[in-house]
Amino acid sequence: MSFRGLAAGVAATVVLCTTTSAFAVTQISWWHAMTGANAEVVDKIAKDFNASQKDYELVPVFKGTYPEALNAGIAAFRAKQAPDILQVFDVGTGVMMAAEGAVKPVADVLTESGAQFDKGQYLPGIVAYYSKPDGTMLSFPYNSSSPILYYNKDIFQKAGLDVNTPPKTWNEVWEAAKKIKSSGAAACGYTSTWLTWIHTENFAAWNNVSWATQQNGLAGGDVELKINAPLYVNHFQALADLAKDGTFKYGGRTSEAKQLFLAGECGILTESSGGLGDIVKSGMNYGIGQLPYDSDAPGAPQNTTPGGASLWVFGGKSEEQYKGVAAFFTYLSKTEVQEYLHQKSGYLPVTLAAYEATKKSGFYEKNPGRETPILQMMGKAPTDNSKGVRLPNLPQVRDIQNEEYEKMLAGQQTAQQALDNAVSRGNAAIKEALGN
Amino acid sequence: MTPRVVFPNRVLPYLLVAPQLAITLVFFYWPAAQALYQSMLKEDPFGLKSKFVWFDNFKKVLADPNYLHSIKVTVVFSVATAAVAMIAALLLAVMAEKVVRSKGLYRTLLIWPYAVAPAIAGMLFLFLFNPSIGSLAILLRKMGIAWDPVLNGTDAMILLVAAASWKQISYNFLFFVAGLQAIPKTLIEAAAIDGAKEVKRFWTIVFPLLAPTTFFLLVINTTYAFFDTFGIVHAVTGGGPGKATETLVYKVYNDGFVNLILGSSAAQSVILMIIVIALTAIQFRYVERKVHYG
Repeated sequence: MSFRGLAAGVAATVVLCTTTSAFAVTQISWWHAMTGANAEVVDKIAKDFNASQKDYELVPVFKGTYPEALNAGIAAFRAKQAPDILQVFDVGTGVMMAAEGAVKPVADVLTESGAQFDKGQYLPGIVAYYSKPDGTMLSFPYNSSSPILYYNKDIFQKAGLDVNTPPKTWNEVWEAAKKIKSSGAAACGYTSTWLTWIHTENFAAWNNVSWATQQNGLAGGDVELKINAPLYVNHFQALADLAKDGTFKYGGRTSEAKQLFLAGECGILTESSGGLGDIVKSGMNYGIGQLPYDSDAPGAPQNTTPGGASLWVFGGKSEEQYKGVAAFFTYLSKTEVQEYLHQKSGYLPVTLAAYEATKKSGFYEKNPGRETPILQMMGKAPTDNSKGVRLPNLPQVRDIQNEEYEKMLAGQQTAQQALDNAVSRGNAAIKEALGN
Repeated sequence: MTPRVVFPNRVLPYLLVAPQLAITLVFFYWPAAQALYQSMLKEDPFGLKSKFVWFDNFKKVLADPNYLHSIKVTVVFSVATAAVAMIAALLLAVMAEKVVRSKGLYRTLLIWPYAVAPAIAGMLFLFLFNPSIGSLAILLRKMGIAWDPVLNGTDAMILLVAAASWKQISYNFLFFVAGLQAIPKTLIEAAAIDGAKEVKRFWTIVFPLLAPTTFFLLVINTTYAFFDTFGIVHAVTGGGPGKATETLVYKVYNDGFVNLILGSSAAQSVILMIIVIALTAIQFRYVERKVHYG
């Protein structure tokens, strides 16, 4: 009885929904993971897009943190209820790419719907990361960031360091950190968020050393990690040595270390450019520099790689829906929209035109440091080592690295042992994931 | 002779239990069957390619040194949590019993923490013991103890046990108070007249008579530490440093939801399901039977 009633109700609702949407505008669902100020940006963009035309209605839905949003998307796909657009963070890129048939490349969505699509208008460093080896753009870069260096000018002053010259190389960072510690200007000299993203993946790109075979996994196939090469070993051994007396302080696997910097406990921090908001808000006297590079690496600095997230389009939707998605991406690429996104959220603009326009408006003079991540990513044409990294199971491989790094920083193993373990365990996990 | 109640209608009884059965089927048996089925599949996150592999996932899980390590972590964590939570609660209950004035007030205050959600309890302890800003961490450092749960596995485990048992103490306290009240005063008075001192009275009379309560709480606390502490682990350590605090439940989450290895994660949850069934059986078989005396 109650079951029949329920079933009838569900059927009625389904019929109702489909009929209303057939009469009215086409709804485009967008699942995202943005919170706070960034969520406001999402809502504003959706509202403006809906006001700009009459055929489509974009409906943004907040789905939790990045991993939660990805899982919600996957679960919805399995239940055949996938949204049209899903925001997936950088590490999830490999997962989405491996799901051919589940997703539709953004390049196809745009060209098939007859929209103007010129890949050249986007920042090459960002687009390269979200493209197949043959250059097909798979997802739309929505929010991109890159790691940069922040330093506390008051602590620099106290330690007798030049407040206007941030350290450029890692050796300079170590020296400055030691000076901060020994002079008593702060309890710790240097800290960093995301050892995997900043000290491993971006370390590889910025110093132009291989992170893994097959163009760091971008070319697909049997990928083997290369992160136990001497350059990495020296770098991590230096970190481990500095950790012994607290000159370097470990905060945690993700962005916990930012607190150490904000609390004035550490004088120097490497963090995502997207973390700038909190540092500005704290009112501290800070400075910004480029991500340091290894002076032993020939050709460094090369370019850094993007973090953040991109928008993926699910497969199996109607032509009308794809047209709507294409219309939205075209709208999102508009210079004024990108300018708004860049200046309001702190993420990078994804089109060259938006970057130029922001530059012309004098925004970077008023907000020094906002341009640093863009310059880092655009400095040189990316090499095979610096387009980013991709694995079908990057989250798991990052976990393995974090575990080994933590044991190393706790003094249980040397950098060589930690990186050797990370490579052998990581390779085994990659093999297992590819065996699916 | 007990009068037999007979339902003349053959359908009505089934209809009456049908809603309950439906709920049990939909919310318990269906997901459990799904987990069992999933645990024998090897597939990609999107379910595009899947292969039935029988018990391969189980074999792999049980041969995985990380899984065995996780069992060890869970046992250490559970035993420590249960022990700390029960000993502290028993001490508090015995002390609260001795208070003459405003007994009710003390009891009420001691029960409060039970209302705190696990994740919140985790956050509280995270703040108190945060190496850089935590007030208790600063105190520890002033005492010359190198406190660093972010990198030191033992410190992280201590922090977890503290948070998990703190939350459970009030629950145990409640049961111990009830257990103490059930002990006849005459027994204690008789012992006192015979010249038994307080400690002696506790160990020879009170503690043995509390045994059923203690055993019941042991099962409950172990189950709690095994299965209800995900929120605390997630908030406090996230399984780190290294894999020092990755409990079985946390590993299911991490492998399934973060690493997207669904087959292995499902196999692990089936193993957990078996453990729960075993614990429940023990509870029913021994605890429910022996709980009555005194």
